[in-house]
Parts: sequence; C-alpha cells; structure tokens
Amino acid sequence: MRFDTVIIGGGLAGLVAGISLQQAGRSSAIVSTGQNALHFFSGCFESMQEAPERLTALFAGAGIHVHYNPGVRLTPLGTFREATLSLEDISLFPEAKFADKALIACVPGYLDYFSAFLAEGLEKQGIQCRLCSLDLPEELQDGSVERRSVQLARLVDRDWKKIVQQIRLLIKDEDAVILPQLCGLQDASVPEHLRQEIPARVVFAGTMPPSIPGIRTQRLLKRRYEVLGGTYLSGDEALDAQVEGNKVLSIRTHNLDNHALEASHFILASGGFFSKGLRSNPFRVWEPVFGVDVDFDEDRNAWYNEEFAGDQPYMQYGVKTDAALHPLVDGTPRENLYAIGSVLGGTRPELGSGAGLAIRSAFLAVDEILESL
Amino acid sequence: MRHQEKTSSKHNFEECMKCTVCTVYCPVLQVNPRYPGPKQAGPDGERLRLKDPYFFHYALKYCMNCKRCEVACPSGVDVAELIQSARIKYDRSAPKLRDRILASTDLMGTLARPLAPVVNGVTSLGLTRSVLDATLQVDHRRVFPKYSGRSFECWLKRRAKEQAMYLEQVAYFHGCYVNYNYPQLGKDLVKVMNALGVGVQLLDGEKCCGIAMITNGMSARAKKNAERNLAALRKAGADKGMKVLTTSSSCTMTLRNEYPNLLGVDNADVRDAIQMATRFVFERLEAGATLRFKPNYHKKVAYHVPCHMERLGWGVFSERLLRMIPGVEFTLLDSACCGIAGTYGFKKENYEASQAIGAPLFEQIRAVDPEVVACDCETCKWQIEMSTGYSVQNPISILADAIL
Ligand SMILES: Cc1cc2nc3c(=O)[nH]c(=O)nc-3n(C[C@H](O)[C@H](O)[C@H](O)COP(=O)(O)OP(=O)(O)OC[C@H]3O[C@@H](n4cnc5c(N)ncnc54)[C@H](O)[C@@H]3O)c2cc1C
Ligand code: SF4
Ligand code: SF4
Repeated sequence: MRFDTVIIGGGLAGLVAGISLQQAGRSSAIVSTGQNALHFFSGCFESMQEAPERLTALFAGAGIHVHYNPGVRLTPLGTFREATLSLEDISLFPEAKFADKALIACVPGYLDYFSAFLAEGLEKQGIQCRLCSLDLPEELQDGSVERRSVQLARLVDRDWKKIVQQIRLLIKDEDAVILPQLCGLQDASVPEHLRQEIPARVVFAGTMPPSIPGIRTQRLLKRRYEVLGGTYLSGDEALDAQVEGNKVLSIRTHNLDNHALEASHFILASGGFFSKGLRSNPFRVWEPVFGVDVDFDEDRNAWYNEEFAGDQPYMQYGVKTDAALHPLVDGTPRENLYAIGSVLGGTRPELGSGAGLAIRSAFLAVDEILESL
Repeated sequence: MRHQEKTSSKHNFEECMKCTVCTVYCPVLQVNPRYPGPKQAGPDGERLRLKDPYFFHYALKYCMNCKRCEVACPSGVDVAELIQSARIKYDRSAPKLRDRILASTDLMGTLARPLAPVVNGVTSLGLTRSVLDATLQVDHRRVFPKYSGRSFECWLKRRAKEQAMYLEQVAYFHGCYVNYNYPQLGKDLVKVMNALGVGVQLLDGEKCCGIAMITNGMSARAKKNAERNLAALRKAGADKGMKVLTTSSSCTMTLRNEYPNLLGVDNADVRDAIQMATRFVFERLEAGATLRFKPNYHKKVAYHVPCHMERLGWGVFSERLLRMIPGVEFTLLDSACCGIAGTYGFKKENYEASQAIGAPLFEQIRAVDPEVVACDCETCKWQIEMSTGYSVQNPISILADAIL
C-alpha cells in the first residue's frame, strides 16, 4: 500500500503531523501499537510560551478548545505549577490564591483522587477548605465494583444535573467548588454546563490516570484525522524498514506482515521509553524500528540520579537528528525520515519538552515534507 | 553483567505496567458494573490465579472476547487471551444447555436447514421467542438469523467443474453463516473471484471454526474442530499452495490466532495462507488486475470495522477496496463495538448490556443515514440490522453488486 507519508506512532505528535498533512492534501497513514501518553495528559501543554494560531486552529477543527492564560494550575496533589496553555476545562489562575473558601467534593470509594492533599495544599495558600462527598449513581453503589475515572465520567456525563443539584444543596458561603475531573469524556460540553449551573467558581482537579480530558483529546484528534481521509492502523506495530542508500522505501508491520507500507516520507513519532519508541537493556539504549543513532551516556551509572524525585538523565536520551529533524544513522541523515515528539527526548532543547516538543517538532517535519515535494 | 533477555511469558502477561489504558476501551466495563474489567480479569487476576486457582472468578464470563483491550494496550499484553485461557483452564462449571446450543452453529445449521421455512417461521413467532426466553434464557427481544433452504456447499459443489476451469484456484473457508444462513455472500465471492480469473473450491471437510465453542466453555470440542480444519487447510494451503480465503473476520481471527494461542494447535505452516477475501482482492487490484464496474453506479456506504477485524488489523483492506469502487460515497464509522460479540448478546443476562454497548454506533449510523452499512462480520450484521433497521452487507457483496 502506498501513501505520501507513513507515520509511526499515533500519539499527540503523530496525530498533529497526520492532520496537518491531510489538510495539505497529502495522503498519510498512522501505524500505532496501542494507545499513548495522551491518556496521562494533565490537560496543560508543557513548554508552550505562546499560543500559535496554527495549533489553536488545528485543534478547533477537531472540536478541541484551548485557552491561553499564563499563570498557574492546580495539580492533583494540591500544589501549583506554572502553566500557559491548556484545554478549556483546565483552570489557569494568575496566582495560587484563587478563592477565599473552597468546597472540595469527593466520590466515596474512588481512590484515584486525593481530596485531603488538595485541602492541605489550598489551605497553605490561605484558601479555607471544606470536604464533602457526592452520592454515587445507583450502578456504582455495590462495593465490589471497580471505580475508575472512565466509568465515573460516563455516569457524570449522563447525570451531571444531579451533581449540580447535590452541590447546590451542599454549598454554603464558598466562592469555589473543586470537583474531580470526571466529566466531558463523551460530551465535551458537560464541564461548561457544570460551570454555568453551579453558583461558585468551578475548578476541576486532576485524578490519577486514565485522564478524561486526555482521552477525549485523543478521540477527537483521531476522528478528525480519519474524517480528513487519514488511515489510522490501530494496534499495529512497525517492525522494520527497507532502506536504499539514505532513503527509506517502506516499512513492515506486525499485522500486515508481508504487505509493506510504502511512502515518499516517513515520520517516527513513536514516543519515549514509556511508549517503547526507545528501548534499553543494561548496556545500551536503542530505537527499534529504523535503528537510528541514539544519544545516551556510555556509562550506565550516569543514566540515573539516585534522588528519586530529581531530574533523571535518561529522560533526556533520544534519537539524534540534524537541523531538519532527519535522524542520523552512523552520523548520516536519513533524507526522507523525520523524528518528532518524545522519541527525541531532550536532544532538541530549543523545541521544548512534553506537548510543546510534540507539536513544534510535528509542524517542523510537516513543513519540511511540504517543501520537499 | 548478566541479564535476562526475555522477561515475558505466554500472552505477554508480565509486560503489563498497570497503566489502566485497557479499562478505557473495554465495552463491557462501561455498561456492566459486575465485570471486573480487562486489567483486573486479565494480568492482575492472573497473578492471583497462578498462586491459587481459587481466585478464578465466575465474572470472567462477561468478557465477550472482543479484543479491544489488546488493540489499546501500549505494552502488547494479550489481555483477552489471558482471560479466555483462564476460563479454559479454571472454569469447571459445565456449559448450560443454552450455551451448548448457541455454540453449535454447524449442528444447528445441519438440523435447521432442511426445515428452513418452518424454523424461520417458528423462531420469528413471538410465542416461540417467549418460550426460548423462559426455558433457555435466550432473550425474547432478539431477532434470529434466518436459515437458508439450500447450503452454500451444495450450491458450489454443483459448480465444481466450471470453477475448476480457471487457471488459478483459491479455497474458500465459508464458515457456518454462509453455508446455512446466507449463501448469497459465498455466491458473491465466487462472482468477484471469477471476474478476477480465479476459480473457487471448497475445502475438503471444513468444520465450524469453533469460536463460539471457545467462549461458551467447550474448548475440547473447539480443539477437535481446529485439528480437522487444519488438516483441510493443509491439504489446500500447504500441499497445493492455494490461498484460503474467508469472508468472516471472526472465523479468520480464530483460524489464525486463537488456534495456536488459546487452543494450543500449531498452525504455523498454513497461517499465512489464510486471508480475508477483501485483502486478496485489494492486493490483486493494486498489482494491476482490473474489474469492470457498472456505469452510473451510486451507493452511499458506511463501513463498520468489526472488533475482530480491528484486532487483525485488516480493516484497511476492506476500507480501501470500498473506496476504490466508482460511485461509492464512503464514510468510515468510528471504531466501536456493536455489542453482539457472537453468541454473547443472545443471552438473556447480556441483552441490556449488549444493546447499551452498541448504542453509540447505532446513533452514528442513523446520523450518517447510508444506503447500506458495510461490515465483515455476520453477527454484527444481525445486531446492526435488528437495532437500526439499516441493511448490512459484506464488502465483498457490495463489490459484487458494483461489477458487471
Ligand atoms: C505519564 C505521562 C504524563 C505526561 N503528561 C504530560 C502533560 O501533562 N503535559 C505535557 O505537555 N506532556 C506530558 N507528557 C509528555 C508527553 O510524552 C508528550 O506531551 C506527548 O504526549 C508525547 O507525544 P508523542 O506523540 O511524542 O508520544 P506518545 O504519546 O508516547 O505516542 C507514541 C505512540 O507510538 C506508538 N509506538 C511506539 N513504537 C511503535 C512502533 N514500533 N510501531 C507503531 N507504533 C509505535 C506507541 O504505542 C504510542 O501510541 C507526559 C508523558 C507521560 C509518559
Ligand atoms: S493496557 Fe496493557 S499495560 Fe496497561 S493496564 Fe492494561 S494490560 Fe496492563
Ligand atoms: S476482550 Fe473485550 S470484553 Fe473482554 S476484557 Fe477485553 S475489551 Fe473487555
């Protein structure tokens, strides 16, 4: 099967690249083994000091709305972090003390949400807190039932009016209400409804994964890509490539076995260690599909920092590229291959990190492809 | 330094990093709170079961083996295989009479076919359906597939000579559905293959692939069928070098993946020969073969990728094939389960869950409002037709209709 571009990895970087190429009239396919880091997404785009029109337009086309409000955001552990650009349902505050009194709602038996930490963190900022619990929908009252964010979010999306009723009864003089981020999975308008109907400032606090806004983002981006005619091969793994000189001709995948995917351009968007875009054993770090050069320390003891919460050097490891993001093989660039997103690790600090890196590098690679003809 | 190269055993159980991604995509978990979900039923539960089979939980029967957890898992854990193999290994409860009947698709076919008009009449009667519901717990709201008067095998046997004239030959694993319920699909395949200059043969002694037996606690019988099918596949595939084509994604997944991975039946020598017909046709057309299409043909088609087709990763072949037909206005439906999962949705205890799972798909079909829904799975066809009223056809039938 032949495409203009084949993309390996269907996370944020791969989808942004795929959508941009389809919009420019180029045919593409995305091959992705399993799901990706968006399922752990806080909703805030790391290292985005600006809100590029190009990104907001691409997201708006997919039905995803973002807002740009440099300041801080509330983390699931009740601390505050700098943030600039986020999905619309994530609150950004100019300063950490965003209210005088907050009502923190929790869900009995739901273990992936830390209301006590939230209260402690907010009290530190001088926000007086009171905890309350929400009644569970009937379906989930049996104690043996697994309560994960997704199961709860389905019910909240359906019964959000009942949440509003409960909060209206519970609220006293609080000017803010903290709700777990358990809505807007299927119906993206629910967070806004809750904000409209609850007579106080509504702030959604992140839960442990899976992340509801992240899953929604993934679903909407994938749908947008498919509506634009992109071919998304889910659950398939790129195995290896056929190369001639410095050019990649095709890749082979697990499911399509001997049916190669041919293209004029290839984009490696396979993520970091977490997504298996990078692999390691005690001796080395490598990139499994194309076997391109990886930047890592030969001395294994230098890979990690003994301080658990400290910066871990291995997180910076990634594939080596030239200025146009062509990965190197023994120092020579593969001319029709591009590496984008977390597979780059920290090798391109000027492109940022996290979601910022994924988006900037995706746009850069797409521009190179569109210019190269 | 010494280190362990491989850290993973059967079904990649140890690869699980507890990320919970599979729980997002399990359709049953979203509607049936009694189901522990893929992570708990699969890798988490397996750790306990390995310690003591006491920890095997009856609720694993709610897994409909749709494989969506496997498609979603970023670590390559074969979650559904872990669950189904735990059922095979630890579930000592004898299958109910109802489950035995539902699972015996070929036996049911053999018995029902000669009496087709009577059986079809009887199973569509409200009274019969209530009786089935009360006695066997087959939900009375289900619409039953119709049985055809003459089997596909019988039809093709009469044409064996004519088919043998083609220089190139393929064998066809038609499955129970084409044979007993809907021979038209088999006839459509023959039309398409003949148009490509290829003759179609029956396998020598095809049996039901056994998928329904596996999920209904009858793996010993499934294994017998697997061995007999492999003998037939070997004769065609390995000995004569023919491709063996299929038109059902579930049969294909069973023949290719479930035989070795769940039943322990080695199919390595014939696995590659087993292919969905849409893949075969697409590859032929891509290699330069041509078909003569009807002029002024127009059809609005919405394609639903069945769960097992998604697991095979071959939906792309059907999709591209449909898009190639001049005059087809194509929509790809969102990846979603229709809720039937073979015999699963026929059971009274699953009916509500089954319909709730399918609801988003049905809604999207109504919104797209196509002339026909395309789909490579027979049980999806029953479910979608019953639940939406839209007609559902295999991509091969749509192609057959579009060519001269
Ligand atoms: C737990 C976690 C939380 C994070 N939270 C945030 C956050 O809140 N904000 C932020 O800005 N950033 C966050 N990040 C950083 C995140 O990595 C980036 O924001 C971004 O989502 C990375 O996207 P990506 O497309 O490069 O990689 P990924 O999202 O990792 O996607 C890579 C995809 O490629 C697939 N793949 C790998 N190998 C193959 C192969 N051989 N064949 C086919 N497919 C393959 C993988 O299965 C995966 O689906 C987080 C990362 C992690 C791990
Ligand atoms: S998706 Fe895979 S790795 Fe993640 S919890 Fe499920 S089985 Fe484990
Ligand atoms: S096979 Fe389907 S029903 Fe079973 S656990 Fe996986 S996703 Fe859920």
